[in-house]
Amino acid sequence: MHFAFSSEQLMAAEVTTQLLQAHCTPALLRQLLARDAAREDSRWQALSEMGLMGVLIPTDAGGLGLNETDFVLLAEAGGYAALPEPLVEHAGVAAPLLAQVQPGHPLLTAMASGTSTLAIGHPINPFVADADTATALLLVHGDTLHLVRRDQTHITRQPSIDPFRRLYQVDWRASDCTRLDGAGPSDALLDQALNRGALFAAAQCLGLAQRSVHLAVAYARERQQFGKPIGSYQAIKHLLATAQVKIEFARPVVYAAAAELATHAPHAAMRVSHAKLAACEAAELATRTAIQVHGAMGYSWEADVHFFLKRSLALHAAWGSPAFHRGRIAHHIDGQPLGPDHTFYNGTGHV
Amino acid sequence: MNLTYTPAQQAFRAEVRDWLACHVPAKRLASFDDSRDGFEAHRTWERTLHAGQWGMVTWPVQYGGRNVDLISWLIFEEEYYRANAPARVNQNGIFLLGPTLMEFGTAEQKARFLPAMAAGDEIWSQAWSEPQAGSDLAAVRSSAMREGDHYVLNGHKIWSTRAVYADWAFGLFRTELGSERHRGLSLILFPLTAPGVRISPIARLDGKPVFAEIFLNDVRVPVDQRLGAEGQGWAVCMATAGFERGLMLRSPARYQVAAERLVDLYRRHGDPNDDVTRIAVHRSWMDAQAYALSIYATASRLSAGGTIGAESSTNKIFWSELDIALHQTALAILGPRAELLPSAPTAHRDGDWLEDFIFALAGPIYAGANEIQRNIIAERMLGLPR
Repeated sequence: MHFAFSSEQLMAAEVTTQLLQAHCTPALLRQLLARDAAREDSRWQALSEMGLMGVLIPTDAGGLGLNETDFVLLAEAGGYAALPEPLVEHAGVAAPLLAQVQPGHPLLTAMASGTSTLAIGHPINPFVADADTATALLLVHGDTLHLVRRDQTHITRQPSIDPFRRLYQVDWRASDCTRLDGAGPSDALLDQALNRGALFAAAQCLGLAQRSVHLAVAYARERQQFGKPIGSYQAIKHLLATAQVKIEFARPVVYAAAAELATHAPHAAMRVSHAKLAACEAAELATRTAIQVHGAMGYSWEADVHFFLKRSLALHAAWGSPAFHRGRIAHHIDGQPLGPDHTFYNGTGHV
Repeated sequence: MNLTYTPAQQAFRAEVRDWLACHVPAKRLASFDDSRDGFEAHRTWERTLHAGQWGMVTWPVQYGGRNVDLISWLIFEEEYYRANAPARVNQNGIFLLGPTLMEFGTAEQKARFLPAMAAGDEIWSQAWSEPQAGSDLAAVRSSAMREGDHYVLNGHKIWSTRAVYADWAFGLFRTELGSERHRGLSLILFPLTAPGVRISPIARLDGKPVFAEIFLNDVRVPVDQRLGAEGQGWAVCMATAGFERGLMLRSPARYQVAAERLVDLYRRHGDPNDDVTRIAVHRSWMDAQAYALSIYATASRLSAGGTIGAESSTNKIFWSELDIALHQTALAILGPRAELLPSAPTAHRDGDWLEDFIFALAGPIYAGANEIQRNIIAERMLGLPR
């Protein structure tokens, strides 16, 4: 029993955080909006050069062959920076799904290097994120998986309140040519993809919750009212401390969910749902708190906090609504032993 | 990252479970706060635990422990709460003063106090708060003036949990005349039976004398009953508070077992159409899980040589709020019978939910009020100005 990341995992997270600190500042986000561009290619390339796109792709296909425990902190770092590019959907969800279905698929190598992007249309989500910049889309028809070239689809943008979220309705025709034949029944694979999607959405929520608190702290140290920094008043301190408590008790759930998904623990789906619920709540509270601490400035376009509020709102029901995840928790509570000796799965297998 | 128990940890769990199955009293002991008899029954249980070498499993063998790591301590606690074993009457000693002695005590002090503590021969109370020093603990006025190889204690301590029947107390005293705030304080251990000590019980809001005032009038204690350097009491005290809030005071298992019972209570008595209560039940279960995961992460960090810091304040807020929400939900399920005392002829026999709710109400107040914890989080974790 050792519930902690390795120094390599922490190092990778630190390097990613630093890279995004330089390449994904709020000022750069605003420039991207001003250009009305879909994504910042240089940032995508920098992340690709670090190897992030191939974390969950097998080594044979040019990836790093790692697992969810290795990716979760990277997704959190993406949330902290409000990263617009589809690191999580591409590298965290679509890549491992394709690799499970066809480990030798030629697209995987291009995905690992970041030169091709794969979008995913999972049945739990009504729209496909970042379909416009994808080389191809993983889509579901009936109970079969299909790999469809972007130019074989017709896509319609569904504008979101989050200006960096690129949601599309996708019209396409399934055929024998698009069908992905491969391992196992697709519903089990889609469940695993859903779990990865929900887990990494939770990780992003952790990141953007923490960023919101940090932005608010920085503002509260500077902003003076009644002759003192507003951060010296307990009313402000307690708002932010309460948000931080929410974050602190979502974090270990997200990390445990990552480790348990990686080891296929039987209760991993329950833990992912708990992680998603807890991290979304933390993000909602932290982003709203950050806006409140910023006062009228927080309600303006000029302050950066709204980017994080909007991402939190977008991720709230992505990869399963709270009702969906509460249902999975209820299912576990109704059917499984619950005592303190069952916090962890005691079978074999660990990373 | 490895979230499975080692074979040795699983064997340890099995050993704890077997021993508790044979030794936990079949009949629930009378409260240790209500009567001397109840208190002494709990002391007897502490001696039974000690005889099985289970008094404080993380301690070195020479002090009555088994020298096991923090993960094993969590396993012990999980089995302890699963077995519904008696509450630990000496928790002020074994969970708070014990670890502080281990860190700051001299070899002589450890040998003098730890074995007696583990054995239940000396049961400890805290003597921190004073009438003018509650949340503002650094405002303590009680003094310990040096006279040769003794200190002479004078002052008035209050809200001392378990002081009505306990044998010893530890508290903060001013050892430097005219010193202010955090300076000039020392942590002193003193017997509650010493001449000049007077105990006056204070009734809790339900009338039970769970805590007391301690009046000290020229109480002489040897200098070697000072823990840590003279004048360094604040730092020593904060270490104790760190243990208290951070790890040892409230085992996750306590809430996990309560949440499991809450699920069971809802199954038997809940209204299936009452979604609000069902969601509250599930939330309590999830929160207890989250607390357990957090403590496992902390224990893993400490085992790897890490330290516990201001984040211990987040724990205290989380478990105290969880405890109240959990018991409020139980009372909601019990409906009109929730208010009945166990003595009521038609009282439900579904557990001590009301008593435990009353106890939970104290959680946001003791061990540093939650408002103080939020200040600590804001200032020390987040870096907001004082």
